Amino acid sequence: MHNIFPLALNGTGFAPNGVPVLLDVTLRIEGGARTVILGPNGAGKSALMRLMHGLLQPTAGRLIWSVGESPHRAQCMVFQRPVMLRRSALANVAYGLKLAGVPYARRNREALAALERVGLAHLADRPARVLSGGEQQRVALARAWALDPRILFLDEPTASLDPAAARAVEKVIVDIHGAGTSIVMSTHNLGQARRLADEIIFLHAGRVTEHTPATEFFNRPRSIEAQSFLEGEIP
Amino acid sequence: MRDLPDSLSTALGLVAGLDARLLDIVALSLRVSLAAVILSAMLALPLGALLAVGNFPGRRTLTVIVNGLMGLPAVVVGLMVYLLLSRAGPLGSLGLLFTPAAMVVAQAVLVTPLLAALTRQTVADAWREYQEQLNSLRATTRQATATLLWDTRYSLFTVLLAGFGRAIAEVGAVMIVGGNIDGVTRVMTTTIALETSKGDLPLALALGMILLALVLAINAMAYVTGAWAQRRFG
Repeated sequence: MHNIFPLALNGTGFAPNGVPVLLDVTLRIEGGARTVILGPNGAGKSALMRLMHGLLQPTAGRLIWSVGESPHRAQCMVFQRPVMLRRSALANVAYGLKLAGVPYARRNREALAALERVGLAHLADRPARVLSGGEQQRVALARAWALDPRILFLDEPTASLDPAAARAVEKVIVDIHGAGTSIVMSTHNLGQARRLADEIIFLHAGRVTEHTPATEFFNRPRSIEAQSFLEGEIP
Repeated sequence: MRDLPDSLSTALGLVAGLDARLLDIVALSLRVSLAAVILSAMLALPLGALLAVGNFPGRRTLTVIVNGLMGLPAVVVGLMVYLLLSRAGPLGSLGLLFTPAAMVVAQAVLVTPLLAALTRQTVADAWREYQEQLNSLRATTRQATATLLWDTRYSLFTVLLAGFGRAIAEVGAVMIVGGNIDGVTRVMTTTIALETSKGDLPLALALGMILLALVLAINAMAYVTGAWAQRRFG
C-alpha cells in the first residue's frame, strides 16, 4: 500500500448548525507513531477523530492526505461502545473483510487469525453481543486489524471498561501498532496516555493547544490549559 | 335457532371430527393470508428499509403516510380493489374478481402499510446503532440495508406474523372482493359472518374457535421467537 501520510489539517473547523466544536485546527499526523488526543470532556476529541476518519466533513478549512483522496481502505475506527452485529464474533470480523472486498474463501480464515491475535479465537462461534464489554471491544479491534489499516482511530476505547479489560485492550492496541499501523486514540485517562502515547495532541474547548512528544508534554506542558489539566489529575 | 350449549357441543364435534367442509374453509383462509403476507413482504420490507435508511426528498412525508395507512379500514381496501378488478375497472380484463387471487391482492394491500411501518421502525432502531460503524467500514447504502434486514430478521419475522394475524382476522375486504362463494372464496371470517346471520351457530362457533386459537398461536410464536433471538443474539 502507498504511504498515505502525512495527514494535514489546515485551519480546519467544525461547527454543525453554527455551534463551534472545533476551531482553526492546524496539525500534521506524520504516521508511524501512537498519537494520543487528550483533553477534557467536550473538548472536541471525538469530533476531531471523526473528521480525520471522514465520518464528518469540516465546515471550515481543509483536511489533506498526501494521497489526495481520503484513503478509505487504509483506515479504520473503533468506537467507545463497540458496535457488534447480531452474529458470531467470527462473522463480525469477517463482515469487515467482506465489505473490503476480500473473497469469500479467505474471509473466515483471516477473521479467525485476527481473533487469534486479540486472544479471542476460542470465542469465535459465540454470538458477539453476548460477550463481555471488553471482549466485544477486542472483537471490534480484530475487525479493524483484519483489514490491516495504515491508521487506526480509537475513540476512548476503554472508557466503559473495567481496569482488567482496559489493560487487555491496551495490549491489543500496542500489538496493532507493533504490526505497523499508526494509532490515533483519544482518552481522558492520563495513566493510559502515559502508557501508550508517543506524542500528545491536547485539545481544549475545540482548539489544539499543544502537539508535542509525550515525554515533553508530561514533563513541561507549554499551554496553561494542559498544565491545569495535568494538575487536576487524580493520582 | 338452537341454544348455546347445543351449538357449542356441535361446534366442538365439527372441530374434533375434522369436518371436511370446515377444513376446506380453514385451509383456504391460511392459503390466502399466507400468500398475501408473502406478496406484501416483497414490497413492504424493501420499502420499510428504504424509509429507515434512505436519504431522499419526501421521506418524512412518505413515512407519515405509511404510518397513517396502518389504520386503513378493510372495507375501504375491499372497495378499492373491487373497483380495480371489476369488469369495468382498469384490471378487469384479468378476471380476478370473486377468486381467491382477488382476496390475496386485497389482503396484501391491507397489510402492506402495517408491514412497511413496522419494518421501518425495526430497521431504523438498528440503523441508529449501526450507522457510524457501517459508515466507518464504508458500507454502501445497499450493503447497509441488506445488513440491517439480515440482522433484524427475527424481529422482522414477528412483524410478518403481525401482518398475517391482521390478514387472517380481517373480513371486510375479502367479503367484497371474494364474494363469499361457497367452496370457492369462503374463508373463516366471511363464513362466520354469514352463518351467524343465518342463525347456523355451530359452524360459526367452530370457525371462531379455530380463528381465535390461530391468532393466539401466532402471537405466542412471535413472543417465543423474540425471546429466543434476544437470548441467542443479544
